Amino acid sequence: MPRKPVAKFSVDHLQVLDEKGVVDAKLDPNLPDERLLEMYRWMRLARELDERMLKLQRQGRLGTFPPNTGHEAVSVPVAMAMGPKDWFVGAFRETGGRLVRGEPLTSPLYYYNGWEEGNILPDPALRLTPISVVIGCQVPHAVGLAFASRYLKEDAVAVCFIGDGGTSEGDFHEGLNFAAVWKAPVVTIVQNNQWAISIPRSAQSASQTMAQKGVAFGMPCLQVDGNDPLAMWVAINEALDHARSGKGPTLIEAVTYRLMMHTTADDPKKYRDEAEEKCAWEKEPLIRFRAYLGARGLWDDAKEAALAAAVKDQVEQAVRTFETPNDWADDTAFDHVYGTDHPHLHEQRAEFLANVRFDGGKEADHG
Amino acid sequence: MAKLTMVQAINLALAQEMEQDPTVLVLGEDIGRDGGVFRVTDGLLEKFGSERVLDTPLAESAILGTSIGMAMAGLRPVCEMQFCGFSYLMMGQFEAHATRMRARTHGQITLPLVVRMPYGGGVRALEHHSESREAMWAHLPGAKVVLPSGPRNARALLAAAIRDPDPVVFMEPKHSYRAFREEVPDEPETMPIGKAQVVQPGTDLTLVSWGAMMRPTLKAAAEVAEKRGASLEIIDMLTIAPLDAHTVTESVRRTGRCVVVQEAARSFGPSSEITALINDKVFLHLEAPVARVTGYDVVTPYFGREKHYIPSAGRVARAIEQTLDF
Ligand SMILES: Cc1ncc(C[n+]2csc(CCOP(=O)(O)OP(=O)(O)O)c2C)c(N)n1
Ligand SMILES: [Mg+2]
Repeated sequence: MPRKPVAKFSVDHLQVLDEKGVVDAKLDPNLPDERLLEMYRWMRLARELDERMLKLQRQGRLGTFPPNTGHEAVSVPVAMAMGPKDWFVGAFRETGGRLVRGEPLTSPLYYYNGWEEGNILPDPALRLTPISVVIGCQVPHAVGLAFASRYLKEDAVAVCFIGDGGTSEGDFHEGLNFAAVWKAPVVTIVQNNQWAISIPRSAQSASQTMAQKGVAFGMPCLQVDGNDPLAMWVAINEALDHARSGKGPTLIEAVTYRLMMHTTADDPKKYRDEAEEKCAWEKEPLIRFRAYLGARGLWDDAKEAALAAAVKDQVEQAVRTFETPNDWADDTAFDHVYGTDHPHLHEQRAEFLANVRFDGGKEADHG
Repeated sequence: MAKLTMVQAINLALAQEMEQDPTVLVLGEDIGRDGGVFRVTDGLLEKFGSERVLDTPLAESAILGTSIGMAMAGLRPVCEMQFCGFSYLMMGQFEAHATRMRARTHGQITLPLVVRMPYGGGVRALEHHSESREAMWAHLPGAKVVLPSGPRNARALLAAAIRDPDPVVFMEPKHSYRAFREEVPDEPETMPIGKAQVVQPGTDLTLVSWGAMMRPTLKAAAEVAEKRGASLEIIDMLTIAPLDAHTVTESVRRTGRCVVVQEAARSFGPSSEITALINDKVFLHLEAPVARVTGYDVVTPYFGREKHYIPSAGRVARAIEQTLDF
């Protein structure tokens, strides 16, 4: 009974555009010009929104939020590749993809300023689940959505996002195991941005890659340069095809970098080297994509200036809408506790409204 | 004596307990290099090293599960849930093992561990960062649930929790983390777990609260006392489980009136339990029904609407007056 290897695996890394924007012609998906420009516009819009949100937050006009800068090349191509019936199951660093999916620019503004109204989609058929603050919970949700879509014969795929830190949660492992056992049409994307607040990738997992965690569950996996929108495009299309053809789930590790603070309440100086950040800025996605578009003759400084002005304007308009005083009722929390009517909530609502009147609309004093 | 915030006072308790007992260690997400997202554990890594200050991967169930193992082996782990809104991911471990091991083994295996977690609203935070769910833990026999209200009692109670032979859920009112300072003695100090404190004696009405709600309660009491010359007795529960019924009922036996102030949703919370105990023990001494000022039975709204949902000093003051006038 000799000892012999019974399983072997390897994990591929995919990069199509390098840091300088030089393309590997053999791997280039050769997207039509219009699609490439659309991709860049979404990424640019997401960046503009993020930068504007940071300013608003610093001026006290917005609550705490997790900046998305540097993550644009992950979710934008993914959302563009998805079909209308597919489910977009996000964590909280996919602003770009959410916009592509049809979320209004005002939604993150409302949401991060403490209004549930930021979760309400113009149309539930957008199939965009609300931001998932509790890390990991969304992974099994996506598997359930995928199962249901097969059951309902919708031919839809669920695409789920999670961070590198999130891979440590039980829900990540339990969800992926279900996905593989059920051969569910689900694609899970680990946005490995090297940090989970102050915990570096090296302290989060002893696995050589995040991608190989898929091997353990028995699903195909791939590590992708997550700052390369073309590589992400190739990877997500492969995974979507795989799922649609009934072959089951895929795990994609998108290697990127959290260029900003974890949230606006965080101070990375406490735990990471500024030199590391500087170095990461050189690899960020917009620079290389712009270089690629330029090399294809699709882009120049004048076009960049025009787009910069356009996205600025778009965001400005959203901010104006967001800052227009709203007349949302104070007592909406009582409207949505249950789908059925309960007298004790009527009583409490009346008490609540009386208390609000009594406090006279002034800041309630909580000591 | 130094004037400390609650954050500094908790930090002091951790450092002193670690200094005097090598079996005490701390673990959790971002508690080492970052010093915790609220800086409660700041400086501990530098002082005690990475064997005793463990920056863990992101997994609440494993943080508690490994703490249970450590405690079984004789260590005294103090683990942190970054926010109480994420503690539910370890509730399986907590209910199935932390609360039961002593009973399961007739005392052969005990779990002297502490789970610290910031709780409560009023800090303009995202969803899951504002709840007050002490009742969920207090309902479990075997769990001790402590909610300090100020720097000095936070320090003393945490030291006691670390030395306690049982699992203690230590819920820190994050609204009070830096809201005010108190004199905190340099020398280690403890307070008994399971004992409420009469913070102001009085004869006309008993006010009962705990944690972050002590601030609006004290404020309302001062207002009403001045306005009406009423003599109000104020009790800070400090521990929710096991509940110090005696201090409350003996007070109400004398005053005949009681207002309980709770941040959490009304139903099935400590205020229900306190009201029931008063009913059980001193019903015939009551001059008025026990009044409750609480959160409402709704999903905690995001912070845009939050201010109206957290009991305010004004609400407490009105409840006191109504109960006095009954
Ligand atoms: C279950 C749970 N535990 C803790 C937190 C607090 N928290 C918010 S984000 C975060 C780190 C997430 O890191 P990662 O998964 O890498 O995502 P990233 O923030 O880098 O996008 C933590 C610990 C949470 N939101 N949910
Ligand atoms: Mg991360």
